[in-house]
Amino acid sequence: MTDMTADATPVLATQSRSLWATALIRLRRNRAAMLSLFVLIFMLLAGLFGPMLAPHSYSNVYTQYVKVPPSLSPYPHAENIIPAAESALSRARVDIGTITIENGRAIIEVTSEREIDPRISRYLDRSDVFFNGEVTEIAADGLSATVEADVQELYFIMGTDANGRDLFARILISLRISLMIGALATSVALVIGVTYGATAGFIGGRVDNVMMRVVDILYSLPFVFFVILLVVFFGRNLILMFLAVGAVEWLDMARIVRGQTLSLRRREFVQAAETLGVSGWKIVQRHIIPNTLGTVIIYMTLLVPKVILLESFLSFLGLGVQEPLTSLGVLIAEGAKNMRNAPFMLFWPAATMTVLLFALNFLGDGLRDALDPKDR
Amino acid sequence: MLVYALRRLVGAIPTIFIIITAAFFMMRVAPGGPFDQERTLEATVMANLNKTFGLDRPLYEQYGMYLGNLVRGDMGPSFIYRDKRVHEILAEGLPISMQLGMTALLLALAVGTLLGTLAALRQNTKTDYAVIAVATFGITVPNFVVAPVLSLVFAVILSWLPAQGWGDWRQMILPVIALALPQVAVIARLVRGSMIEALRSDHVRTARAYGLPSRMVVVKHALRAAILPAVSYLGPAAAALLTGSIVVEQVFNLPGIGRYFVQGALNRDYTLVMGTVVIVAVFVVVFNLIVDLLYAMLDPRVRYD
Amino acid sequence: MKIGRITCAALSVSLLALAAGTAGAVTYQRGNDGNPETLDQHKTSTVAEANILRDLYEGLVVYNTKAEVIPGVAESWEVSDDGTVYTFHLRDDAKWSNGDPVVAGDFVFSLRRIMTPETGAKYANILYPIAGAEAVNKGEAAPETMGVEAPDDHTLVITLAQATPYFLELLTHQTGLPLHPASVEQFGADFVQPGNMVSNGAFVLESNTLNDKIALVKNENFHDAANVALDGVNFLPFEERATCVRAWEAGEVQSCSDLPTEDVDRLRAEYGDAVRVVPYLGTYYYAFNHDDELLSDPEVREALSMVIDRQFLADEIFEGMLPAESFVPPGIGNYSTGSPKTDYFDMSMLDREDKAIEILSAKGITPETPATIELMYNTSENHKNVATAIAEMWANVGVNVEFNVRDASAHYAHLRDKGDFDVARAGWIGDYSDPQNFLFMVESDNDGFNYANYNNPEYDGLMDAAAAEIDLDKRAALLQQAEALFMRDLPFLPLLYYSSHSLVSPKISGWDDNIQNVHPSRFISISE
Repeated sequence: MTDMTADATPVLATQSRSLWATALIRLRRNRAAMLSLFVLIFMLLAGLFGPMLAPHSYSNVYTQYVKVPPSLSPYPHAENIIPAAESALSRARVDIGTITIENGRAIIEVTSEREIDPRISRYLDRSDVFFNGEVTEIAADGLSATVEADVQELYFIMGTDANGRDLFARILISLRISLMIGALATSVALVIGVTYGATAGFIGGRVDNVMMRVVDILYSLPFVFFVILLVVFFGRNLILMFLAVGAVEWLDMARIVRGQTLSLRRREFVQAAETLGVSGWKIVQRHIIPNTLGTVIIYMTLLVPKVILLESFLSFLGLGVQEPLTSLGVLIAEGAKNMRNAPFMLFWPAATMTVLLFALNFLGDGLRDALDPKDR
Repeated sequence: MLVYALRRLVGAIPTIFIIITAAFFMMRVAPGGPFDQERTLEATVMANLNKTFGLDRPLYEQYGMYLGNLVRGDMGPSFIYRDKRVHEILAEGLPISMQLGMTALLLALAVGTLLGTLAALRQNTKTDYAVIAVATFGITVPNFVVAPVLSLVFAVILSWLPAQGWGDWRQMILPVIALALPQVAVIARLVRGSMIEALRSDHVRTARAYGLPSRMVVVKHALRAAILPAVSYLGPAAAALLTGSIVVEQVFNLPGIGRYFVQGALNRDYTLVMGTVVIVAVFVVVFNLIVDLLYAMLDPRVRYD
Repeated sequence: MKIGRITCAALSVSLLALAAGTAGAVTYQRGNDGNPETLDQHKTSTVAEANILRDLYEGLVVYNTKAEVIPGVAESWEVSDDGTVYTFHLRDDAKWSNGDPVVAGDFVFSLRRIMTPETGAKYANILYPIAGAEAVNKGEAAPETMGVEAPDDHTLVITLAQATPYFLELLTHQTGLPLHPASVEQFGADFVQPGNMVSNGAFVLESNTLNDKIALVKNENFHDAANVALDGVNFLPFEERATCVRAWEAGEVQSCSDLPTEDVDRLRAEYGDAVRVVPYLGTYYYAFNHDDELLSDPEVREALSMVIDRQFLADEIFEGMLPAESFVPPGIGNYSTGSPKTDYFDMSMLDREDKAIEILSAKGITPETPATIELMYNTSENHKNVATAIAEMWANVGVNVEFNVRDASAHYAHLRDKGDFDVARAGWIGDYSDPQNFLFMVESDNDGFNYANYNNPEYDGLMDAAAAEIDLDKRAALLQQAEALFMRDLPFLPLLYYSSHSLVSPKISGWDDNIQNVHPSRFISISE
């Protein structure tokens, strides 16, 4: 173990000053990590501004288009226009004659045994398929008429959900929510977990024992009741949810950091610092935490997906996001239920999540390599 | 070390007592009770039920009774499954959950370590990226997607394996894979990260410099250090796997105990929830002890006084 | 010598059993809703339990495959002119699985046990029509005071507090099943365990493992055993409905008792007649809190009801359910008049919306100056989708909705404790086929079910009059009037009629669709 002393000194000297600067330079050289960073920034922007720019609002319901599959051509598809007109006008209790479609305008002849209500075109307007409906011609006896309306072209590039809302718009808003949850809950877990774990591991002995027993206790309490109680006492809001998730997820983090710290504090460079009279907190800050960062970052990239998926369970208990807002976890859970009748409802949210996590993981690995104190 | 282990186990008794107490009162503060169901019960009937189960007594009395029974090894009657007592229910399901969880854990540890080591040895090559990709996929795609897809593909479409149920080894394959997959991913990533560090550390470099064959260096020296974070992760992972996974159990219709954690709570089956809490508490204590001991064994720098 | 012979006999018996087990024994793998909470017919409350207990035990009267009441242990019966005294004549050949005869005293024992408070029977109230039963259940009278007597082994006389035209229906419920007094006395609550249980139905209990299966085997002592085609039934509990579907597709079960609603259309397209979607005796509704300031206005309630496109809910959100235009589901028994018609259901959706806008804007509620109400529902994917769709419909007329989601236990506890709410989701599945079983919920003195706090003396008066009426047609007319008030005042807002969803293998015969969704294994056979 004598070889340890060799590298202890340079680490001590350079670490505090240039840890982040060096890391940044090295990160720039990692192509996979940089690409991932761009993907993440793109997703963040999509989540922030996408919902404003998307063709549909995430809460807009198209009753005619429930669970329609993704399509690059606009809805309604040609063969569906006539049935749509028939179904819209069937509620008006008239007999439908010929329907022709010219230049995106439907011309419908109707007859009735009673006098035709000139408001009839409203039935077409009410449908998601048509707009600008008008009665262009009405016979003198009022028993037959011609109704015209423009066909409304709607694009659902990722299909629609079980209530007839555009899935693309919902994925955009879910990105905003899920990224926020992921970032906040993970930071809470990170800050508490790392500080707690490093402190316990560094002080060791009885304090460590007590601190880790507290972790055990929190770990064993039934999570469902914890959530239900949060709802009862604090009502439903998103901030609370982050706290709840962070408050649970720091336990594993603390345990891992504490394990690493136990091993680090026996290392020569830490002991050297102690001998030099550096204060305990400074050692933790300067030597222990930076040396655990590699593992912590990897664990963080594992924590983000866990948190995002856990959120859907919280929504189930009434604590998570509520309609019409949504999150990736909720969308994936809904998609899983519909995987056999509307597979796209699972595919797109899951694909978004996968891309997000790929980026996160490559970035995480890149960061880990860049921050590696022994590798410079 | 034995003294240390014994001390830890004795020390665990107050921990478990605190857990039981906290869980008991936490549960009772939550709104709703075991008899609030979709079908509202007649007032008289409700009163009779509360009396039968002692719910009409003061809370501290119920708590005292629960502790008294627990000491005698009786976890009380289940509020929902009225023909059985909680320890009977748990005794039925625990061996199944253990069998599943243990198999999944070993599988995850073996495959995860292998993949992680492989990736670290070939850092930033295609192999590395492939491993990260597989691992990421394993973490991204949640159990409630993986499990039904496995069952759909291998049971319904290919007819190779049973879709659900418990009894013969063929029914174990799909659930074990579904349980192990996310853990493989986590372990692979943790091992990869620490392996890279370990390979660069001086004693491994020294060993290499001495001309030891590289495979031996990896196995003997690097892996020993690299597996440490994975080992501390194993504690909670083992507890989570052994107490089963609600999703996998439901999707494959397995009679384990995992589903009682969520369902018991949603049903407000107080005694059943307490049963699961006790089990988790014991597992957590035991596995953390094992992890700490493993740590001391794997890393001579760590010592417990 | 002795020991040798016993072993020998045991061996030959087990060999026989083995032979019987292999030689074309037909065991029905039957998907069930979930775990039964108990197999004690007095503690039971769920449909999953009803399905199993129906196969284990035979009551005085039973359902046939079409859910019609047919003789069970009782061969015949007479009803007194005032409808309060039922005299049942028990068949001679009814036997328990251990060979004991089933006698009238067994029923007396059972009916007394269910009312004893210490039993903690969840559905005791279903038999309250029996004279003195409620007092016994409340602990105010001794069980012996109940109106149940056995003059001899084959005659059972049940006296009711007042005429109850659906009393025979009530007896088909699992709470009316007999139990074997000697085993209850011997084993106490453990009489339900395999090995202890003695039953009188077509099957007997062999094993019971939570979340795994409940295995029944044919009861050779059953009086109609000759006509029971199956050698055994395994009830498999499926909490996850999609799992049952996959098991069915893989051929591991022959029927599923419920289907994931979002998958019904796909299954229909793929498996055609194997998918059974049948009207069921239940209504999915929202309760309006009549103590709420906004919702205490009957016109507001009516407007909110008008704008709900129930056809859309039934077609797109809850596949297989039916749009509800009354609270009592159609096809129910003892309702010759049928439910009353409500005018606006004949109007087109647009006209209904116009009317609602007119009503609400007169009260200052418009999309520009909206009112806000809170909709409380318990967590489930479909409840969420329904709530989202309805929120959209209400938003069109100026009523914004905020959601309050809880888990089922907290949700119902909140309703039971008369917690504050505006609109709350609930559902009701009838326990017996009679409109009274629906309309009684909002009687002003019904603490448990009247979530709406509806208090209308006229309504209560009609319900009382109906209860006292023996003539079924006159009674139906009274109930119809009551329901007309219900639809006018809308304590509950009916949305959808439930339907049962099953997946039945074409190999199965003896499974007839019926409104009670009752399919006794006794009548079922499986072809190879």
